[in-house]
Amino acid sequence: MRRSVSVAVLITVVVLGFAVWGARNSGVAAQGKAQNAEVKIDNFSFGPAMVTVPAGSTVTWTNHDDIPHTVVSADDPKAFKSKVLDTDEKFSFTFTKAGSYSYFCSVHPKMTGKVVVQ
Amino acid sequence: MAGKEKDELLHDHNHDRIDEDGIDRRGFLKCMAWAGTGAFCVIRGGVLRSYSFSRLPALDPKEMAGELSFAQISDSHMGFNKAANPDVAGTLKAAVDKINGLTVAPEFLLHTGDISHLSKPEEFDAVQQILKAAKPQDVFYVPGEHDVLNDDGKDFLDRFAKGSKGAGWYSFDKKGVHFIGLVNVMNLKAGGLGSLGHEQLEWLEDDVKLLKHSTPIVVFAHIPLWSVYPEWGWGTEDSAQALSYLKKFGSLTVLNGHIHQTMQKVEGNVTFHTAASTAFPQPAPGKADSPGPMKVPAEQLKSLLGITDVNFVRGQQALGVVDSTLE
Repeated sequence: MRRSVSVAVLITVVVLGFAVWGARNSGVAAQGKAQNAEVKIDNFSFGPAMVTVPAGSTVTWTNHDDIPHTVVSADDPKAFKSKVLDTDEKFSFTFTKAGSYSYFCSVHPKMTGKVVVQ
Repeated sequence: MAGKEKDELLHDHNHDRIDEDGIDRRGFLKCMAWAGTGAFCVIRGGVLRSYSFSRLPALDPKEMAGELSFAQISDSHMGFNKAANPDVAGTLKAAVDKINGLTVAPEFLLHTGDISHLSKPEEFDAVQQILKAAKPQDVFYVPGEHDVLNDDGKDFLDRFAKGSKGAGWYSFDKKGVHFIGLVNVMNLKAGGLGSLGHEQLEWLEDDVKLLKHSTPIVVFAHIPLWSVYPEWGWGTEDSAQALSYLKKFGSLTVLNGHIHQTMQKVEGNVTFHTAASTAFPQPAPGKADSPGPMKVPAEQLKSLLGITDVNFVRGQQALGVVDSTLE
């Protein structure tokens, strides 16, 4: 009886240990699996309007319009802010922290988008 | 004056067919017919009347000539070089030639913003250089969103609005007419429209407080102060408050740019007017996927660009607005 209890405890410890190790490992894996994303600025809109990426990913916006646009965080304080992007110019930002990041074009504020970082 | 509740859009853009490239060609022809001949508009008793440009010679000269006339130009977008107009300097020069050819020389010019395309010093320089050739040497500016891209509009203020308040608003008087230049392109909020802001609204209320109600008022700002098409951001979120300070005046005219096409609207004793761009046309509200520049055949371009000549006739409380194209 006593022996079987010890075995059970041992198994539990080992299983928990693996679980903790596994969880840590998968966390590292998620960090390592940064998936960079592209957002096209076209026809006065961000496409896709919402992108979801793992933490550590870089999102790059490219302006395909004949008119300049900006990519500016809607939060206060602003998480990110591009300079003015003329035709074919790009802006990149690396999102290190999980969260939801709304943004807009400060020149044409009807243009809005969101980056969800997991 | 009994304010009419009539809500009248004098230039109707309800064109019915859009080609695959988003260009409403049939509508264009209709616009061009209108723009090509131009229109002389008179506000009398708060109501704007529009006359075809071709009818001007037949009009009583008293209706055309007044004690004060000025011309409005807008949206020069100096620095723009895409297919919609690879020569914005050339079309601005054509506007200057047109102004210099007016039978009654305007006393001054109003530029309702988007002087430049990217707020670059060389773009501002080019416009200032071209406008030196205009007979009227006084030019009053308000900024468009393209003029305040880099430094919260500091370069614009230094060059074009010295001595103004806040982000560049001011007022002045010419022969009994009170002109108010407003700025509605700063601190725009996500998802929002043009914005005047609390500080400017307070200044405006104070600016007109002591004026007689009979004083004719001309307000000019870049983004329309009426809801042309909010879906494209063509409106100003706090314009109603601004207009509430101005509605006591018997003659109120609001001049805007931004939408690169001519439109007029009468609301009670207020007449709203948007000027064409000297650079490139934009589609009629909702008639394309986006408000981006319209590419039109080169031979049509100048018929869609233009200047606005405004005549003030004392005693009639009337402003005559003449739109003419660059052809």
